[in-house]
Amino acid sequence: MLEEFARLEKRLHVDSRDWKAALLRFLARPSSRSAGPLDDEFPWIFAVIAATAAPHVSHLPLWLSLFCGIVLAGRVLLWKIKRPVPRGLPTLFALLGTAGIALEYRSLFGRDPGVALLFLFITLKSAEMRSRRDVIFIIMLGFFLLLTHYFYSQSIFTGIWLLLSILLLTATLLRLHGEKRSLRQTFGYAGELFAHAFPLMLILFLLFPRVQGPLWGLPRDAHAGLSGLSETLSPGSLDDLIQSGDIAFRVKFDGDEIPAKSDLYWRGPVFTDYDGLTWRARPFYLRGRAETTPTVDPEQRVYRYTTTLEPHNLRWILPLDMPVSAPANSFLTSTFETIVRSRVGMRTQYRFGSVVGNTIKVEESPPMLHEALLLPGNANPRTRAFAARLKERFDSPERLSSAALVHFREEEFVYTLQPPLLPEQNSIDEFLFETRSGFCEHYASAYVFLMRAAGIPARVVAGYQGGEVNPIDGYLMVRQSDAHAWAEIWLEGKGWRRIDPTAYIAPSRIEVGIRAALPATDLLPALVRLDSDWIRNLRNRWEAANNPWNQWILGYNPELQREVLSRIGLNDPNWRSMLTSLGVLCGGVLALVAVWTFRRRQSESPEERAWRRFCDKLARRGIRRFAWEGPIAFAERAEDAQPEIGALAREAALCYARLHYGVGEPALLERLKNCSARMARHPKTVNEGFA
Amino acid sequence: MLFVVVLILMLTGAINYNLSLGHALTFLLAGLFFVSIFHTVRNLLELRIVPGNAAPVFAGETAKFPVFLENPRPNVRCALALSIAPDDESTADVAASASASVAVSCAVSRRGVFLPGRMTLSSRYPLGFFRAWAYLTPDVSCLVYPRPIRAPLPKHSETFASDQWQGGKGQDDFTGLRQRQPNESFRRVAWKAAARDAERPLLNKQFSGGGARELILDWTMTSAEPDAEARLSILTGWILESEKQHIAYGLRLPECSFPPSHGARHRDACLKALALHA
Repeated sequence: MLEEFARLEKRLHVDSRDWKAALLRFLARPSSRSAGPLDDEFPWIFAVIAATAAPHVSHLPLWLSLFCGIVLAGRVLLWKIKRPVPRGLPTLFALLGTAGIALEYRSLFGRDPGVALLFLFITLKSAEMRSRRDVIFIIMLGFFLLLTHYFYSQSIFTGIWLLLSILLLTATLLRLHGEKRSLRQTFGYAGELFAHAFPLMLILFLLFPRVQGPLWGLPRDAHAGLSGLSETLSPGSLDDLIQSGDIAFRVKFDGDEIPAKSDLYWRGPVFTDYDGLTWRARPFYLRGRAETTPTVDPEQRVYRYTTTLEPHNLRWILPLDMPVSAPANSFLTSTFETIVRSRVGMRTQYRFGSVVGNTIKVEESPPMLHEALLLPGNANPRTRAFAARLKERFDSPERLSSAALVHFREEEFVYTLQPPLLPEQNSIDEFLFETRSGFCEHYASAYVFLMRAAGIPARVVAGYQGGEVNPIDGYLMVRQSDAHAWAEIWLEGKGWRRIDPTAYIAPSRIEVGIRAALPATDLLPALVRLDSDWIRNLRNRWEAANNPWNQWILGYNPELQREVLSRIGLNDPNWRSMLTSLGVLCGGVLALVAVWTFRRRQSESPEERAWRRFCDKLARRGIRRFAWEGPIAFAERAEDAQPEIGALAREAALCYARLHYGVGEPALLERLKNCSARMARHPKTVNEGFA
Repeated sequence: MLFVVVLILMLTGAINYNLSLGHALTFLLAGLFFVSIFHTVRNLLELRIVPGNAAPVFAGETAKFPVFLENPRPNVRCALALSIAPDDESTADVAASASASVAVSCAVSRRGVFLPGRMTLSSRYPLGFFRAWAYLTPDVSCLVYPRPIRAPLPKHSETFASDQWQGGKGQDDFTGLRQRQPNESFRRVAWKAAARDAERPLLNKQFSGGGARELILDWTMTSAEPDAEARLSILTGWILESEKQHIAYGLRLPECSFPPSHGARHRDACLKALALHA
């Protein structure tokens, strides 16, 4: 090594005091520890770490990804120049990284810090591979890290990525346990193992008794990053939602009869409390349940439909306004919000029945009406004055309301997603009389304020409006960008009436959708805005493919399992019957796998098989053919050992040799088989005389 | 069983967070776990094993038993581990419908005939979740010579001139030429003289001084040592040393004796006698 270094130094003409020389000397220094016997497998391990950790980069803090990336790059460099990892460095990095994560998340427990720690450790573990056990530990970490990807996405793409990753991890396990064949054969064998494991996976997936999670309290960040309507409404609070092309829920109407687009109001939270800036929904426990379901005209058509709601981690669900029947585990509040027992943390299906017309509930409790008239302090004097003027001119609430809406339509109001910022004081005044541009929440909020100021009970309702039918599968898709806010006013003797001020300012928002209503300068995500036919078609197909994936694979919960099992004849499935059928089916599949694995492929020709049988018979008499022994030589040896079968052995060997090495006619094969049969007639005489 | 722990953790995670794909992932891995049982067993299934005797070794060395593995099945077998002592595994791969040989090593410490006893054939391939194993007791052995002790050769007290014309002749000083006898080495042929006259028979150069020796290594010569094993070791060391110095040697043991000679066959015969000394 030293000579080599000397040569290197001479060739490069470096001064030994030069830093380059110092570096070279460091690199050429004989290593005290061997670089490790697992160096050959390093590319595999690197691939495992990259495949399992890489997708997490999108949601981990940038510094952590960079840190781990640099560590990994350094490790690859050390492997390239065949140097050991400096002692103690991995420990130092682990401490640094853990401290960083603790600072970043203010905790080391919970979902996201946990994932970050796993991410850190699998990277650092690459620097500590002294034995096969270490590498197997990396692979096990990798399996677990793969699971954590599902916290963030369970899309088809994630599924495919993970399937490929497991294939890689399996192939790496093969390598670690002695596989030395080519890359293709290694992956081929991993694929074969997969193919054998797949039926078991299907059975376990279908029959393994599902338990509704969570088993214990989820960490607080368990559902972080879910989007949906929030519990408050203030100017700009819908911005993020409207910018998002994500699907909020999908609806399948029975008989595919979908109400007119302008009737598709999906009712969410109802806001009655206003502090001058923000509308708030009363907590459900204060609100109380509705005494009865909304009374509707019995003549009215009831639409029945199933909604697949994406998780939003809140308790309300979104029926078509106005629901007349709701799922069993839900209830209606007195403001007709539909509330489920626990937060919607996973994609769930709900059955509803709704009418799209007005309710005819004519009773309302006085406290509720009082609440719907409250206004904060004496803010917005101009609006109050305007309301007072309206009240003087119009005696009936209907006409007053209409006049207000006419005001919205006739004055120069603009519908835009980028309204000028409103002041915290007198924001309604500013909006109604100065800026005059905003979107649904501004209009609904201003309108309700105006009505309350004029003495008409009013409230804001948030939800979604519209939706788009996917022609591929007939589902109506409601996106986050369809988020909407409207108003309800109380008309004596008629009940609550839905009023949508936005419809008066930008009718196309209601009739066509947000794309049509916005000026072209407003920024919207490409998917929401794009009108191009083929992209829309592509998106429809993609979402139609996603739908069964969502419903049957991701939505396979205890209820669906029960339903599926009773459909395939397992009536009233309970734990015991499920486990029994699980055991029987798995046993059966494993038996099939065993037969398939142990079978001998029919690769031998008929004469080879006949000859093998003959040799097996001889072997039972104590004469075993060696692998290297030709037929004639074997026959001679057999004759030496047991002269009485010599003639038979020679005949068989000759037949086989002619068939296999020469041009043999079919009759020879018969003779060969005949030899086996005749062998049975020779009694076994070997050594028996002395027994 | 790290894998089982990981599987249970994954299942718990999948249930707790209601991850349907998490269930699928866990079940796929569980499927791999069960399926690998059969693949591990298949790795040993129908394997034919033909063991062989190991070449003789000295005590303290490692005996290497050749084992011939014959694979009649159409699948490759990887990482077959054969061992006699549990901590000394030899691995081999056997291609589909082919054969391979592997040397199974085992440290031996005592002279005599070493019987390896039970051999273990095992495999963790393909995934390492399971280990399939089989025991075999092959009828093979290894001759173990005594552990040699390096000692100076005894004074050639018993050097004797058994052959008149060779005796007393050394290797150092040239004294003349003499006609070559048919059984003599070509090393000392006077080629220049032969080239001058092709008709004459070959001549050998004669030397004097030094002295070609013959040693008789006698059991009694080691009587200073009380321990029989040590005496055998000393004799072994002398035999090796004599071979190294190209000295013809004979061996006299209480039960047998070998006339002076040298060469690999002679050495092996002497060493065998020492190994089997009762």
